[in-house]
Amino acid sequence: MELLKRNPAALFLKILILAGIFSAIQYMISFKILSTYYQMTLTTLCLNIILAVSLNLINGFTGQLSLGHAGFMSIGAYVSVVFTQNLDAPFLLALFMACLGAALAGLVIGIPTLRLRGDYLAIATLGFGEIIRIILYNIEAVGGAAGITGIPKLTTWPWLFGSVVLTILVINNLTNSSYGRAIVSIREDEVASELMGINIVNYKILAFIVGAMFAGLAGGLYAHFFYIIKPNTFGFMKSFDVLVMVVLGGLGSTSGAVIAAIFVTILSTVLQSFPELRMVLYAMVLIIVMIFRPQGLMGNKELSFKILRRKRGEAKK
Amino acid sequence: MKKSFKRKAISLLTTALLLGSLAGCGNGETSTEDGGTNTATSGETIKIGLNMELSGDTASYGSNARDGAMLAINELNAAGGVLGMQIEPIERDNKSDAAEAATLSAALIGEEIAVQVGPLTSGCVNASIPVLSEAGIPIVAPAATAANITVDPDTNEVRPYVFRVCFIDPFQGTLMAQFALDSGYTTAAIYKDTSSDYSQGLAESFKTTFEAGGGTIVAEEGFTSGDRDFRATLNKIKGTNPEFLYVPGYYQEVAPLIKQAREAGITIPMGGGDGWDSPDTLSVAGADALNNCFFTNHYSSEDADEKVVAFVTAYKAAYNDKTPDAFAALGYDAIMAVASAIESAGSADPQAITDALASLTDFEGVTGTMTMDEQHNPIKAGVIIEYVDGAQVMNTRIEP
Repeated sequence: MELLKRNPAALFLKILILAGIFSAIQYMISFKILSTYYQMTLTTLCLNIILAVSLNLINGFTGQLSLGHAGFMSIGAYVSVVFTQNLDAPFLLALFMACLGAALAGLVIGIPTLRLRGDYLAIATLGFGEIIRIILYNIEAVGGAAGITGIPKLTTWPWLFGSVVLTILVINNLTNSSYGRAIVSIREDEVASELMGINIVNYKILAFIVGAMFAGLAGGLYAHFFYIIKPNTFGFMKSFDVLVMVVLGGLGSTSGAVIAAIFVTILSTVLQSFPELRMVLYAMVLIIVMIFRPQGLMGNKELSFKILRRKRGEAKK
Repeated sequence: MKKSFKRKAISLLTTALLLGSLAGCGNGETSTEDGGTNTATSGETIKIGLNMELSGDTASYGSNARDGAMLAINELNAAGGVLGMQIEPIERDNKSDAAEAATLSAALIGEEIAVQVGPLTSGCVNASIPVLSEAGIPIVAPAATAANITVDPDTNEVRPYVFRVCFIDPFQGTLMAQFALDSGYTTAAIYKDTSSDYSQGLAESFKTTFEAGGGTIVAEEGFTSGDRDFRATLNKIKGTNPEFLYVPGYYQEVAPLIKQAREAGITIPMGGGDGWDSPDTLSVAGADALNNCFFTNHYSSEDADEKVVAFVTAYKAAYNDKTPDAFAALGYDAIMAVASAIESAGSADPQAITDALASLTDFEGVTGTMTMDEQHNPIKAGVIIEYVDGAQVMNTRIEP
């Protein structure tokens, strides 16, 4: 990445590739080459990328085990739907409010819980996800248990593509900035980084808010594509699915999160043809990957961090 | 830098290989399916998409409905098919997830299905509807009992492509309230699942009918799905001394609830809806606790009706002597209703099937004789089932 930044030609090439992907898929959608089914799978894919990359910021880079990602997603979904359906706001504003809502929730949840560590934080965030779900069950204005149906379908490929690029760009730049270094230092050793003068709570909350914000964005996009949202959709299992992607891709690797999100989505889609064995095969593939690559598909920063640092050091020499 | 790149490259390669091998499996599967389509000209098979909850929270409903549907398809095919065409089921698992159900419907449209049967739960059906309606493919929901499935709640217009073969939630509540009143109870308590619209719907109609019939609701309490300890609320309900306790909920919560109610000394009769119907209810609550418990259901495997007896016998023969539950029966009826519609339309065209389903009259299913009303809900009977020492015994059949 650093190499690319220093090299304008590489940056240009990168933009060209992105533009190519975007227009190729847009072309296929416009001329109906891509069936509704593939468009839906593509949407799931994009949402999974956004979710995995944003959770990776919290779990992978900051090293804080959060299990409440679906909770932030549901806030984004509900907030955006209230704005488009009830207030007739434009989609951009609705998505912005979805991000803002989820980020605010991240702040509110983050301040008390991020003083906790490890297992305790995991339990607190898990609890948060459940609290959101139960609250939504009991708000009749947003449909209660039945949820909201008949949501206008506003999520299109440009929105999805733009959101994915924005998510990766922001999180990648954040992790490569001085803030990012501070965040990674917290993961490596909280005590040491505190001694170095890093305000660990502030940085943890920052990572938490940014992660939550993009989960909210994914929620907003989800709601405006699948017509229906209900509290159940954003249960613990949804958080868990995203966590699987992050771990599979390698904690602390944005590219790993993207690849894992693509891998898991395609795996899940391919297995649809084997309804009986679907979940068995899915679990088996995950286990096999974890046995042969315990650090995750791309995990060049997790578990083997020390080895890698040594290797990097050698390479630089 | 170079080395780390090499590592990355190896990882990428591994990923690509894994993906490739998987895609290979997928392609193999697809090509055989495509082969089947190509050899059979469009007139020779009728493709029915089965979009069911085969894994996830409500897997027990989906698997049983699938078994029932497959039994119907096998029977039809063995008898020479419908209009001389064999029925080709395309089975998919929606993981009890709404978005997944919608995506699968889109996939099934791509496979050129004539009609979709399933999903079982109202939420998944609701998610499937927009995609299918846009493509003009009818959907027959075997067991989605929520009131707003066939009618758009915003415009109050009937959804032209949506049908079901089960009665709707309000009817179950009405049925049980009628039963409680007929049994001479004048006070009742409701303990409902506030996280489920199914439970709320049943509770509401029970309350309305019970109060209209002169009864009094002395307590109305709630739990949420996933709860396992109901003792505190049960004691509170016990304090209000109701003569009847209505617990419309799903078996996961209802089974421990009944057990705890009996332990707390609540001996009054308890009633519920078809969400109770699962072998788990008996294994968790126990036969003793379930005595004096009643629930409304679509059918009873104990029914002496000859259609029911024939179905139960065939089902047991096909599936290791397993007793078919209501979901199996409804899955069977959904397929048979579609077959009947195709026969009366004389065509397997989705639009023709839709029109025939809308005018389905006196279709004799396992779960009763049904006639589609103008809102695409069948007019049919319901049964009250009583637990007697662990066995489900049909108490009464209530005609609409």
